[in-house]
Amino acid sequence: MSVIPVSYYLVLSAVLFGLGMVGVVFKRNIITIFMSIELMLNAVNLAFVAFARAHNQLDGLVFVFFVIVVAAAEAAVGLAIVIMITQNRQSLNVERANLLKF
Amino acid sequence: MVPFFLFFVCALLAVAGAIVLIVAWEPIHSALSLVLVMMALAVLYLLLGAEFIAAVQIIVYAGAVMVLFVFVIMLLNAGSEERTNWSKLAKVAGLPLAFFFLLAVAHFLSRSAVGANIANGAGAVSNAGVSTRALSVALFQQYLFPFEATSILILIALLGALILARKDE
Repeated sequence: MSVIPVSYYLVLSAVLFGLGMVGVVFKRNIITIFMSIELMLNAVNLAFVAFARAHNQLDGLVFVFFVIVVAAAEAAVGLAIVIMITQNRQSLNVERANLLKF
Repeated sequence: MVPFFLFFVCALLAVAGAIVLIVAWEPIHSALSLVLVMMALAVLYLLLGAEFIAAVQIIVYAGAVMVLFVFVIMLLNAGSEERTNWSKLAKVAGLPLAFFFLLAVAHFLSRSAVGANIANGAGAVSNAGVSTRALSVALFQQYLFPFEATSILILIALLGALILARKDE
């Protein structure tokens, strides 16, 4: 009973990804939506590490490293955009940023 | 036996943190619960034998990125989220659909050949090829060009963030 197959990690990753997706769809606060995207990136990282473990290969870990680097860059640029939108719209609600909405 | 309990405690913490992230109305509560998720994931990386990734997860994600988030929340004085009516269709159809999609994925994953490999406990797969030393060799030989390219990416992101967030004269 006390063994953990790789599939447990993969199912946990799928659950976290799904929760992140629910956050992106349902939340109205632009910062919380951004945090949900980070949660999805983390879930994918967990799947990468689990696959690297299952296949005993390094490439998954290298991918995770690059995902973390790109996520850091994305967070910096994304938060700058959040600051700009908030200064223009005086609100964190994504429904106020509706200039291009049909 | 210890990895077994550690896995379930950390998995529960991660899922609970993710749920709190979604249901919390204050952005700062969401940010702190996301830190909890990242810490739990770092322990799971340690369980999977990826020490370097666990350290980078704590330093870069739980450290740098989340400090940036909290800083922006403070800067914008982000209070409670505006309460809007959730779309009826999303509530009635979206949540059950997402749940059943998740069930299907979990069913497929738990029966897949890759998932049958044992990660922790008796009969675990060999972990010899996945060490920090081997990772550094791969990073600076096989993946040297992408590694150098990320430094340019970070420089561009830095300049972009500076230009975007600057006050217009």
